[in-house]
This record gives sequence, structure tokens and C-alpha cells, in this order.
Amino acid sequence: MEALILQVLNGLDKGSAYALIALGLTLIFGTLGVVNFAHGALFMIGAFCAVTLQRLLSLSREIVDETKTDFLGNPLKVDIPYLYDWFGADAGQSIINWSVPLAILFSIPIMVIVGFAMERGLIKHFYKRPHADQILVTFGLAIVLQEIIKYFYGANPIPTPAPPAFTGSFDFGVLLGFDPFQIVYPYWRLIYFSFAMIIIAGVFAFLQFTTFGMVVRAGMADRETVGMLGINIDKRFTIMFAIAACVAGLAGVMYTPINSPNYHMGMDFLVLSFVVVVVGGMGSLPGAVLAGFLLGILESFASMAQVIAIIPGINQIIIYLVAIIVLLTRPRGLMGRKGVMEE
Amino acid sequence: MSKSNITRRGVIKTGAAAGVAGLATPTIFDGSAWAGSHTGFTNAPQGGTVTLGFNVPQTGPYADEGADELRAYELAVEHLNGGGDGGMIPTFSSKTLEGNGILGKKVEFVTGDTQTKSDAARASAKSMIEKDGAIMITGGSSSGVAVAVQALCQEAGIIFMAGLTHSNDTTGKDRKANGFRHFFNSYMSGAALAPVLANAYGKDRKAYHLTADYNWGYTTEEAVVQATEGMGWETVNAVKTPLTQTDFSSYIAPVLQTDADVLVLNHYGGNMINSLTSAVQFGLRDKVANGKNFEIVVPLYSRLMARGAGANVKGIFGSTNWHWSLPDAGSQAFTKSFGTKYGFPPSQAAHTVYCQTLLYADAVNRAGSFNPCAVAEALEDFEFDGLGNGKTLYRGADHQCFKDVLVVKGKENPTSEFDLLEIVEVTPVSQVTYAPDHPQMGGAEATLGSCNPGA
Repeated sequence: MEALILQVLNGLDKGSAYALIALGLTLIFGTLGVVNFAHGALFMIGAFCAVTLQRLLSLSREIVDETKTDFLGNPLKVDIPYLYDWFGADAGQSIINWSVPLAILFSIPIMVIVGFAMERGLIKHFYKRPHADQILVTFGLAIVLQEIIKYFYGANPIPTPAPPAFTGSFDFGVLLGFDPFQIVYPYWRLIYFSFAMIIIAGVFAFLQFTTFGMVVRAGMADRETVGMLGINIDKRFTIMFAIAACVAGLAGVMYTPINSPNYHMGMDFLVLSFVVVVVGGMGSLPGAVLAGFLLGILESFASMAQVIAIIPGINQIIIYLVAIIVLLTRPRGLMGRKGVMEE
Repeated sequence: MSKSNITRRGVIKTGAAAGVAGLATPTIFDGSAWAGSHTGFTNAPQGGTVTLGFNVPQTGPYADEGADELRAYELAVEHLNGGGDGGMIPTFSSKTLEGNGILGKKVEFVTGDTQTKSDAARASAKSMIEKDGAIMITGGSSSGVAVAVQALCQEAGIIFMAGLTHSNDTTGKDRKANGFRHFFNSYMSGAALAPVLANAYGKDRKAYHLTADYNWGYTTEEAVVQATEGMGWETVNAVKTPLTQTDFSSYIAPVLQTDADVLVLNHYGGNMINSLTSAVQFGLRDKVANGKNFEIVVPLYSRLMARGAGANVKGIFGSTNWHWSLPDAGSQAFTKSFGTKYGFPPSQAAHTVYCQTLLYADAVNRAGSFNPCAVAEALEDFEFDGLGNGKTLYRGADHQCFKDVLVVKGKENPTSEFDLLEIVEVTPVSQVTYAPDHPQMGGAEATLGSCNPGA
């Protein structure tokens, strides 16, 4: 029982990342009709916004400590962050420790600019091209972006911890009457799940309850008619692309304390997120979110030693197995609509 | 199309080298049989230069490790050609290296990108052999790659000096006559770690293993399980994790429901960083099980990787082939040479490939020939010192180096980003030595085969 509760929790936080990326992918596909293989790279860029902010906050002046030596036996050079000078050592360090939450604010303008530049600079030229061309160009763009990140940040993962206040774990088991340390869950993963729910709710509310959202939804349903009504739908779709980039970027920022970011983290998520979109139903926003959480939970259950003992290797294929079954029984995915990608 | 290029100078040098070899290894190897023989093997060097092929991951997840290997290779070439401060050449017990290249030929090199993929690594090695005329291939940062490239070199008649490869298989069941490994292996990690763990955590422990699902993971799990069970530990479970896994939470969480009190992470690189981070996030280090503090062990440590895990490595035991803080003259000379040139201390990957390059060059000098079979004979059962690991034997039976192994622990108060590990114990070589037909090494069926000189 404890194991099942824990794997549901695991699945929810894993599903949060899938859902956020798949949501952005679906937004872009639904509005612009573009299959964006560079979406994982946006998640990765978001994560590196957190790394960059951490480095900016840690900018230091160098002093020489004559009492200590470095690995060559020379006097040790010690870096003193400027924040220590400005706010004192304790307050300065606290600000550095909070770099991941602060990076949420830092990343939004960057992701908007990146999203805008990506759409206006490259992707808009591929709207009328076949999906195969779109996949090739966006996949190429993803490789270019990750190589740029690797050039500047190296290939190794970079530790980006959560603020010390959120580094522990919460003992659910004690609350539910189990022994201590039976059902513990890291605070940050709970925060990640809550954050994902807020973002998902925000995007849905934006589309559902604002005029802008209504026009976008109308455009997604029938682009030509909306255009004939004199509405500049392209401009709104560009803004939607920037919003989707922001969602992916914020998912990346918040993910950094869970796994140290590296340049190929976007690719790691991309393929799975596409499976999530297909299982959810191409173009369906609720489908993407539902499939994200569903596949996250199934993946967690399939990783249990008891399950692997019965079906060896199931942990490696479960997502694809489910995708095959769903597509065989519901060819349009769980919540896909008729006519999407079927012309 | 190779021709003999015996010169007066070459004959004198060869004679001198053979003489030195004769004095140093009177009964093991007599290089004079090969002296002056520069034909009848693949890529026999012509003219005044010889080309070495450095096959390292320049892209992909181990690119930083590959970059550090490449730095060390360049340093080794510089030192072999008489440049720089000579690094470990003055401390190396064999004295055939005089800064005039290898057998008087200036050392040049070409590089290939393994991408940490076996097929890409084989393609780049093949290209360096066939197009660039590389006489020796060295490098790699993965056992899968090492085993694949070693087999290719065996077929091509080229010496392969393995870089960072820790799986037992490289010099175990997949050993080859043309392949040589300086780096330590899984068996040695288990044998070195187990007594330290038993001493630190007691002999009544229950271990849960998470293991990377490929050959290095299997051999490391097997070695650590056998060594710790030999000390009285019990193995509760051993779960394979996909190599491509990034979030290990669903593998870590079930550990909480078992009665295990130790988690062994048979993971390397990004896997290690992510699984260790997850384990710490799930509060395993704060857990008390069976009345004892829960502990985590990482059998193979790498400083470059430890950096990615940040503060999570503090106090965690593991093993390593070499560390820049070792006080011996060879280690100090290498650290100074590398640190002065590049501004930071070398990694264990850099150290092992530097050693391999020097060992190859020295073996050629002692053999008096680039013929791979002559070089192999010179390396087999060669005993040396001064390269940072104390007295070392290149065992002839399996082409594995036998030397002391370092047991390390994540440092509690690091003074810099390089100062992450502290040496807990230098395990003597006698404790990590095994029979060439040990079951973990492929048993009696594992053989080197015969040396292939190629063309």
C-alpha cells in the first residue's frame, strides 16, 4: 500500500513535467499547425536560465588567502561574491540559495524573447511546408541550441539546488498512520507538482476566460474564418508560441533542483512528450495533460521491482506499449478530435 | 607498401633500447628479436614521424571527460617530444623516454570522436587506422566503447591502450591480445571498498543495489555484491535501471519500503548524479533502518562527475583509480605539469590516458619496434613505478594493470570545486589481485587469443 501511494506521487511529479511540455507542444501544434521538435530545447533553455541566474548572483571578486594553498601549492585564491559585500555574507548567501525561485521571474522575459525569435525567425517560414519539413528543421534547431548550451556550460550536469528551506522531505506516512520513513516525499517535488497545476490551470483559464483566448480557440478551430472576420490571427498565434515557450521554460527552471541540468535534458523529455501528445490526442490540451499524468504514473508503477520481476524490461517499454494499445483502440488518442492531422 | 628504414642511428638506438630492456627484464622479455623490424605490420611508420590515434568522446554526455583526456594526451605528446617540464617522464622507473619522440620519431596525433557510442567509436578508430595511419589507438570513456574498439584493433593489427573503462569485461571475458588496460576494474573496486565499508558501517548490513543496465553495471554489481557478502552483508535486492533514465525517483522510492540500510548506486556519469540526487532528496541519508543510519555507496567515483552532484556527495564512500592530491612524486609531477598548463588539476581519466601513452612509448622503445606483437610482448608482465599508483604490474595473462586502489569519500568541507574527494585508504595491490581465470573475469574460457600484427 505504501509503495502504491509513493508511486502515485512519483507519477504525479513525473507527469507534471510531461504534461507541461506536452501542453506547450499541443498549444503550438493547435495554433500554428507546427510539429515543434525544438520544444524540448525550450525546456532545457529554461533550466539554463536558472543556472545563469545562479552564476550571475554568484559573481565574485577574487582575494588571495595566504594561509591556504591551492593544488599547485600557490596561495589559495578565494572567490567572494559581490552579494556578500553588498548585503553581508548571510543575506548574500540566502539570495544565491534562492536563485531557482528567482529564476522564474528572470526566465519569463528571456523565454518570451527566445520564443518570439524562434517563431518569427525560423518557424513562420515553415507554416505551409509539410510536417516532415517542420520536424526536420525544428529537430535541427534543437541540436543547434543544445550544442550552443554545451559550448558555454560544458557537457556535465550543473548542480542547481533548491533553497535550503525546501531541501528536506515530507513524511506522508506519519500523517496516514504508517511508520516513519515509509512514505516520504521531497518538498521540492511537491512544489513542482503544485507549480505545474497552477501553470496548467492558468493556461486553461487564459484560453477559456479571456477574449484573447477565445479568439485563439476560434482560430484553432477555423483559422480561415477568423481571418476573414478581420482578426490578425497570426499575431495572436505568435504570442501563443511565446506563451508555450514560457510554459516549457518555467517547467525547466523548476525542474533544475530535481535533476542537475545538462545540455541534453530537453532531448530526454522530447520523445516522451511527443508520445504523451499522441496518446492524449493531437491538438487536445486536456488530452495532453491527462496523458502526461497517466503515463507518468504508469511509468512509475512499471519501475517497481515487483513488477519488473514479473515482466522483465517492462520499465523500459511501458510508455510505448501503452501508446501502441491506445492508438490501436483509439486511433485519435484519448481525447483527439476528428480531422486533426488527417487531411 | 611499407619499406625497411633501418638507419645507423636507429640501429644504435635500438641496440641501446634492447640493452636497457635486457637489463631491466632479463628473463621476461628480450626485445632484440624485434629490433629494427619496421615492416610486416599495420601502419608501419615511415619517415621521421609516428601517428597515434586518440579516440575520445568529444560530443555526448561524457564530452567533458573526453576533453580532459585529450588535454592529457596532448601533454603526453608534448613531453614525449621533449617539450614542457617532462611531466612524469623523470619519475617513471623505465628510462627509455628521452624527449626525442618514440624510437627517435617525432610523435604526431589524430583525434576521433567516440560520442560514447560503440558504432561511432569503431568508425572513428577505423578512420584513424585506415586514413591517418595511426599505429596505436587509445582512449574512451565507457566500457561498451572500449570493448568494441578493442575488438576492432585486434582485427586490424593495432595496439589498443584503453582509457577510462572500469568493466571487468575489458580485460575479463572480452580481453584481447592487442588490448591493454591501465585503469582499475569493478572487481578491484569491490575488493577495495568492502573492508572499508565493513569497518565504517559494520558487518551486519542489508544492501539494495541500483544498477545501470549495461555491461559495466553488471560487473560492478557482481563485484560489490560478492565482496560485501564476503564481509557478512546481505543483498536485499538488485534492480536494473535503464541507461537513459534521468529521473530515478521511481527506483529510489521503493527502497524506503524494504528493510535495506545501505543503497549501492552502480551508476556512472549522469546516472550517478541523478540517482544520488534523488536518493538524497528522498531523505535516505536521514533515515534510520534496523537501528542504524542509512548509508549510500557509489562504487566508482569520478571527480568530474562528483562536481555535478554538488553537496550530495559529502561523506559518501567510493573508489577511484587516481587522485591529484596523492603525495607521490609522479602524481605531484603530473598535477603540476597539467595544472600549470591548463589551470586546474587533472581528472583520473586524464591520468590514466597520460600513463597509457607513456607506457606505450616506453614499450616501443624497449622493444625496438612498433610491431604490435613486439610492443605487446614488452608490455606483458612489465613492472614499473613512478606513474602515480606505486609499483604496478602489467599482467601478461590478461593485460590488466595491478596496482593500489584508492578508497575515497566525498569531502565534508571542500576548499574548491576540485577538492571534492578525500582519500580514505590506499588499498594495497595484494588485496585487489585475482587469478586471471577468476569467474568474474570470464573464467577459464576467457583468453587473449594471439597477437595480430596486421598487414
